Amino acid sequence: MIPAAFDYHRAGSVEEALALLGRLGADAKLLAGGQSLLPLLKLRLGQASHLVDISRIPGLDYIKEEGGFLRIGAGTREVTLEQSELIRSKYPILVDTAAVIADPLVRNRATVGGNIAHGDPANDHPATMLAVGAEIVARGPKGERVIPIAQFFVDVFTTALAREEILTEVRIPVPPPGSGGAYLKLERKVGDFATAGAAVQVTLGQGGTLERVGIGLTNAGPVPVRATEAERFLTGKVPDEGAIAEAAKLAGQAADPAVDRRGSAEYKKDMARVLVARALRKAVRRAGGKS
Amino acid sequence: MAPKTTADVGGMGHSIRRKEDPRLIRGQGNFVDDITLPGMLYMDIVRTPYAHAKITAINSEEALKIPGVLAVITGADLAKYNLHWMPTLMSDTQMVLPTEKVMYQSQEVAAVIATSRYVAADGVEAVSVDYEPLPVIVDPFKALEPGAQVLRTDKKDKKDNHIFHWEAGDRAGTEKALKEAEVVVSQDLYLPRIHVASIETCGCIADFDKVRGKLTVYMTTQAPHAIRTVFALVAGHVGLSEERIRIVSPDIGGGFGGKVPVYPGYVIAVAASVLIGKPVKWIEDRMENLQADSFARDYHIKAELGAKKDGRMTALRIKTLADHGYADAAANPSKFPAGLFSICTGSYDMPHAFVEVDGAYTNKPPGGVAYRCSFRVTEAVHAIERMTDRLAQELKMDPAELRLKNFIPADKFPYHSALGWEYDSGNYQAALRKAMDKIGYQALRKEQVEKRKRGELMGIGISSFTEIVGAGPSKHFDILGIKMFDSAEIRIHPTGKATARFGTKSQGQGHETTYAQIVAEELGIPAKDVEVEEGDTDTAPYGLGTYASRSTPTAGAAGAMAARKIREKAKKIAAHLLEVSEEDLVWEPGKFSVKGAPQKSKTIQEITFAAYTNHPQGMEAGLEAVSYYDPPNLTFPFGSYICVVDIDRGTGEVKIRRFVAVDDCGNIINPMIVEGQIHGGLTMGMAPALLEEISYDEGGNMQGGSFMDYLVPTAVETPKWETDKTVTPSPHHPLGAKGVGESATVGAPPAIVNAVVDALAHLGVRHIDIPMTPEKVWRILKEKGVAE
Amino acid sequence: MARHQITVTVNGTEHSADVESRLLLVHLLREILGMTGTHIGCDTTHCGACTVLLDGEPTKSCTVLAVQADGREIMTVEGLERNGQLDPIQEGFWQEHGLQCGFCTPGMMMTAYALLQRTPHPSEDQIRQAISGNLCRCTGYVNIVKAIQSAAATRP
Repeated sequence: MIPAAFDYHRAGSVEEALALLGRLGADAKLLAGGQSLLPLLKLRLGQASHLVDISRIPGLDYIKEEGGFLRIGAGTREVTLEQSELIRSKYPILVDTAAVIADPLVRNRATVGGNIAHGDPANDHPATMLAVGAEIVARGPKGERVIPIAQFFVDVFTTALAREEILTEVRIPVPPPGSGGAYLKLERKVGDFATAGAAVQVTLGQGGTLERVGIGLTNAGPVPVRATEAERFLTGKVPDEGAIAEAAKLAGQAADPAVDRRGSAEYKKDMARVLVARALRKAVRRAGGKS
Repeated sequence: MAPKTTADVGGMGHSIRRKEDPRLIRGQGNFVDDITLPGMLYMDIVRTPYAHAKITAINSEEALKIPGVLAVITGADLAKYNLHWMPTLMSDTQMVLPTEKVMYQSQEVAAVIATSRYVAADGVEAVSVDYEPLPVIVDPFKALEPGAQVLRTDKKDKKDNHIFHWEAGDRAGTEKALKEAEVVVSQDLYLPRIHVASIETCGCIADFDKVRGKLTVYMTTQAPHAIRTVFALVAGHVGLSEERIRIVSPDIGGGFGGKVPVYPGYVIAVAASVLIGKPVKWIEDRMENLQADSFARDYHIKAELGAKKDGRMTALRIKTLADHGYADAAANPSKFPAGLFSICTGSYDMPHAFVEVDGAYTNKPPGGVAYRCSFRVTEAVHAIERMTDRLAQELKMDPAELRLKNFIPADKFPYHSALGWEYDSGNYQAALRKAMDKIGYQALRKEQVEKRKRGELMGIGISSFTEIVGAGPSKHFDILGIKMFDSAEIRIHPTGKATARFGTKSQGQGHETTYAQIVAEELGIPAKDVEVEEGDTDTAPYGLGTYASRSTPTAGAAGAMAARKIREKAKKIAAHLLEVSEEDLVWEPGKFSVKGAPQKSKTIQEITFAAYTNHPQGMEAGLEAVSYYDPPNLTFPFGSYICVVDIDRGTGEVKIRRFVAVDDCGNIINPMIVEGQIHGGLTMGMAPALLEEISYDEGGNMQGGSFMDYLVPTAVETPKWETDKTVTPSPHHPLGAKGVGESATVGAPPAIVNAVVDALAHLGVRHIDIPMTPEKVWRILKEKGVAE
Repeated sequence: MARHQITVTVNGTEHSADVESRLLLVHLLREILGMTGTHIGCDTTHCGACTVLLDGEPTKSCTVLAVQADGREIMTVEGLERNGQLDPIQEGFWQEHGLQCGFCTPGMMMTAYALLQRTPHPSEDQIRQAISGNLCRCTGYVNIVKAIQSAAATRP
């Protein structure tokens, strides 16, 4: 319940945060919403002699469409995403996702950047970001770089971010007309991590066939899983029940979940299948197709 | 039945707002952790990761170097005062701190005393303990196998892990009846460990005043007097004496049985305060609470129900193995090591029955009746209500019809059950019929037929339970020898207001309101003018506390009896004031008047004032009374619950679509409060049925030891409970009232299980053990070929 | 380890304190400022008993550092009653028996207060979703929902 002692530093800018990270060394951790980090520290799991608070850096909290991308500042709180008119009307997959992260109180503090940077395959945004083909913008001492989401998640709690890099923005290419997405999460109760979670983003082309399919799975392995075989199978096909069922089956096979109190690997894989099928139907409906 | 008093008097039947709420809604409650005493120190506990291990060394040096850490207390320190072991409420023994070995994961090993909460936590991290692991036993069946490792090596001459054998009923007669039965259904049922997880954890502030030799302990306890006596007995040899021990149970954030046992933390805090001479506060974390405090259930039940082909039940036989952890620290009445489990013939007229329970030691925390269970009645009702549905399924009979056929008829009360209980009153048919009407039972059955044709899985489950509460008559009920009466002490002041003190201790049940309403009922003094006090052993009359739904049946009755004594004296004073004889007086709530001359009257307030200013010569002044009430019997609340579920064929999730609860707790003091108890109880009945479970792996490691995995339902998982009632008064209770706090926790789980099994019965499913997790249901769906 | 001088405004009153970096906001409120109305019910950020409003947003104060609240405005249960008048939320809980032991109640009411600020007439579903981060063991939530609905109906 009580964390071990640490030093707290507040950064007023990204530059200041980077300087602090450089000076304080490997034992420094970034603190944004703190809804993943502080619980760990309270249980005395994970070491941090220094916390660098980046939650008050101005200009990291924004949601806007610009230059062909939906750009979300890393410091954007989940509740802001959930309640944004722009997101609700044009990106319901993100509302689906934000609305099932932890509980409403946690969402008042938790940030989109934190949910992704923490590198926990059980967090909900990663699968969605995989499905929509997002890009991560990171800033470090050498400047800014863009990391495609497919390269971002490396291992459990390990991302492609360098130790002295800060995730400043996640951006999603604005989907073309005829697109739709959905995120479904099976959880034992509100506030739990996913027993299984499926993010699906589709674009329907002429003739009602799928031009693009992105499928991401939550808590289905050491990193968020992209169901590439299922995606390949579906591309170019009409999303009828038969195709959906087969794609869902392939997606389930792509899952490699850990066994825990949420379920056996067998159950979780099957739930990935069930959720992918349901999310596909919902995404297709939202894309304007019949299902 | 209309209330006898007006709304401003607020006697029985009125849903008056609670008197405890003004402070609680302002955040001005007085919970143990809210209390700070000058010079107070903080205690935190070092716990073992091993379920069974020898302690080879406890290294405190690093901890003692931390500024602010004052002491590290170990079993060796307590052993000097013979405080390292203590008796349990079932006359077993358990460790306060170990000197040789630990016997369950998270057991207390040492305690750090420090100047602040944060430093104490650092101290705990800095203590290092060396262990030699020992083989672990988590399976009670294995624990009882011949040649199994003996766990309680502290007990001289103990050669096995068997704790007790208890039985009731007619073994031979039941055996014969089962052999002769036209149909017999049998079933193994397991009710896993669960934990009350009240939102406030346990804790205390122990404050020993060296100069006065007085120990004050602010404690999260449901039974302050019993605790005081236990401390006096256990620590009398270190100078604690009962008249100089004060237990204060202030506002308690939920008890449900989890705050009845004496936890090692309390005793260590007391010892620390005595040794150091300063107040010591100990508040456990949630994980400590879940991992080390008393649990409930862990009953392995084997049940057999015999009947005639027409459905008339003829015999019930149950054999149970009770896993008690490493010590029997359950809080049962001492003659009932399996609690009131023998209520398991339930609401049915059962000619023959036999039940036996054996307790076994394992490497788990000790306990276990802490979860709103009325002393094992949840287990008993689960068994009989599941078996009744098993029988209905076997006979292809509607489960409502089967129940109606077997209910004890309303005119057969008091009813003597085959297992020795005298049920005071009941009308089971009326409750079930009311529930069926309210939920639209026949229409639901039709809907189920339609849905089944479309492959949709819908189920309807019934539970018609009989509860047994109000422990209890001194002939049979005691805890550690202290008889289970309860008490009330009422004093009316000159200005017509009252102070009423009781031996029970509310943890949210609303006694400050309901007891005031009892006084209002009996004396006509408005409930708002009655100040109710509980929980301070320096002032409250001796009582056994609040748990097992006993308060209204015992202390509530005592309140009525004390008030009646006061009324008798008030009558004498009224006669004196009105210059008539007592026989000429007529009572209505709040006043005595002269028969035939109603304008000649005296209000209770006038009489009270006169008790101090104008009492009859030869009579003592004042107006007060004490009653120690020894109930002549227990009370038997009952009800019928009907649950409708829909099963998601893809995920196995069970959704409760509707749940109707019809409860009967006799005459009702405050309908709003009773309804609140039912809502809460239903939620704590649903939780074990679908979500909550504590389990151990082979190494004795607990699964479900934090709120991450111990799934307490939120408002989203909890259905909209629908409640209703029937009223069948208790013939022996002074107010005709029965207890009710635990009825819903007892009755709900089998209703939900019965509904889920009903949804799958056409596929050949007969039984599912709780919790009915989505995966469990999914496996069944897959096996039966109906998964999405 | 460095200590920090912080200033927080609680229920409209400014307070300054010298705190360790690791001091949790809930302990600042309870132990340093002596406001014990906010309670602690768990150690894994699940139960919500510690909910306060941080700049108007209901927040689990056990999962915020006191230093993070520096310069911020906090509202606790002690701030609901104003000028001797109970807030409609408090009246609603009292009237509808929305509390039994009272331990989860402060946090529950703060969440409810914030809900009604944002959504003056929430549906039952919205209420249940909004309080899904606040655990109650006593009431089964039925009367909590009624309490919030009552408050919604009586708020000016």
